[in-house]
Amino acid sequence: MAAIQQAPLPDFSNSPRIDQVGVEERAARFTKRSIKDEAKENGLKLVLNMIDLTTLEGKDTEGKVKQLCYKAIHPHDQLPGLPTVAAICVYPSMVKTARRALGDSGIRVASVATAFPSGQAPRDLKIRDTKYAVAEGADEVDMVISRGRFHMGEYNFVYDEIAAVKEACGEARLKVILETGELGSLDKVRRASDIAMQAGADFIKTSTGKIQPAATMPVTLVMLEAIRDHYYKTGVMTGMKPAGGISKSKLALHYLVMVKEVLGDAWLSNEWFRFGASSLANDVLMQLAKAETGVYQSPNYFSAD
Amino acid sequence: MAKTNSSKTGTPAARLEVLKTYKIYIGGQFPRTESGRFYSPLDRSGKKLANVCLSSRKDFRDAVIAARGAVGGWAGRAAFNRSQILYRMAEMLEGRKAQFIDELLLQDTSPEAATREVGLAIDRLIYYAGWCDKYQQVFSAVNPVASSHFNFSVTEPVGVVAVIAPQGDSLLGLVSVIAPVIAGGNSCVVLASENKPLCAVTFAEVLHSSDLPAGVVNILTGRVTELAPFFADHMDVNATIYAGNDTSTRQLVETKATGNLKRVFVYDTVNWYADEGQSPYYILDTQEIKTTWHPIENIAGAGGGY
Repeated sequence: MAAIQQAPLPDFSNSPRIDQVGVEERAARFTKRSIKDEAKENGLKLVLNMIDLTTLEGKDTEGKVKQLCYKAIHPHDQLPGLPTVAAICVYPSMVKTARRALGDSGIRVASVATAFPSGQAPRDLKIRDTKYAVAEGADEVDMVISRGRFHMGEYNFVYDEIAAVKEACGEARLKVILETGELGSLDKVRRASDIAMQAGADFIKTSTGKIQPAATMPVTLVMLEAIRDHYYKTGVMTGMKPAGGISKSKLALHYLVMVKEVLGDAWLSNEWFRFGASSLANDVLMQLAKAETGVYQSPNYFSAD
Repeated sequence: MAKTNSSKTGTPAARLEVLKTYKIYIGGQFPRTESGRFYSPLDRSGKKLANVCLSSRKDFRDAVIAARGAVGGWAGRAAFNRSQILYRMAEMLEGRKAQFIDELLLQDTSPEAATREVGLAIDRLIYYAGWCDKYQQVFSAVNPVASSHFNFSVTEPVGVVAVIAPQGDSLLGLVSVIAPVIAGGNSCVVLASENKPLCAVTFAEVLHSSDLPAGVVNILTGRVTELAPFFADHMDVNATIYAGNDTSTRQLVETKATGNLKRVFVYDTVNWYADEGQSPYYILDTQEIKTTWHPIENIAGAGGGY
């Protein structure tokens, strides 16, 4: 049996309990705001600018990553004046390709690491994985927490691991994926958020995109509230990245409303808020083209990647 | 049977009838219009037929999404299976003949004409059910070419078809424009007759119980003048059929359809009761012809050849 460790940390089992019914009702209310015309257009551009355009598949090739990078720089050239996406998110082996393809476009390269998506690997491998990604040129690292250890109640293990990866990141910003679909309850989402932020996460992120359910509004709300509380307590801002399952612009706008109403305008930039998505970008572009032309659009006229 | 004591319970005639809510049909469901609007078409004597959904462009947009989602699976079905489903639609319509006749009567059709229209509508479905797995042979071809290729042309459904149904023959006209489109493996969004929409909504219920996959046929009710522009200019619609004879609407549809070069067909003078009301060429309207050049060995020198 593992000995009970004593560490100078807050007792994470004392994280606030979450009122699930209340959270769901509150989250549902963000979907009732009416955002039209100019506000909608600006909102959509902001959404586009917050996207981490992602490809995380076993079948990823250098060609696919290059194509995605081109899409990141040129979302839809028929519509002039569009912002670029925030970052490209790939596996560590593709970081160099992405770095080279993005050049001086200002778009960041994010890499998943630490035995993504399961996180079932010894710590030294995770650290090497992280250092490799950073050495290849990643500006941001998306790590996964050890959900198994978390469920076993070994919060110190999870904490230490995040802190170690943070150290390995050096200058790179660290996003900590909680994989909320495997955590089981909102209480645990809150607890994992507290651990991650305490351990030095620059961003907390809902999901890998490999597990259903991925990002939902209630889960994101709980995490945003954790960020708010952490900010009030320590003065440190933490970013938020819902990932997986957000493929429609309307839903993305609801998320922006939620961020604004929970955290305020300071978080409404891609420095503090991101969408992890692949198909969202095209839906946003289609909505922007609809606003521009007045004609409903077809995915056939938008590049797939 | 024991004699019921009706003097205590009141007579059955005092019962308040439950009126049907005429809703639209999108993606295999019967939602109300997202706009919450309605209109009340009148019969000839000025009596209100019903409150009917006044569909908005967003209903159309949603319907196109449903139709786009359904078209792959529908086109991929065996032609024979599509035939079975069209036949099933005819069976279901036959079983609910009386209800359709009643609704046609409400919409000012005479009893004889109503009976005839419903009968013809059923027969039309059977007609196109028969064509489902036969038009391909009629319209496809093996082409003679001068190179060592096996060259053939086959039909393929265009995809999503937006249809503005005939205003007059509210059931027969509707069936006559829908059936060839879906027989050919397309999906469609149909705007029913504006002033006689009752049959269209009830026909959606027939479709709903005919093994027709959700989204293959979507039926909206509302104003032609309001919705026609969107039927014509939506980029995700591959063909538009206008079964009417209003010149300005026709011009509008033809102009707006150029945005993505969608096909436009105008059935302005068709008499749906006559022989010209049914033909495999209506199926061909919403088919594309794809030609394939398949390389073959140069076997002509050896005495063989295609």
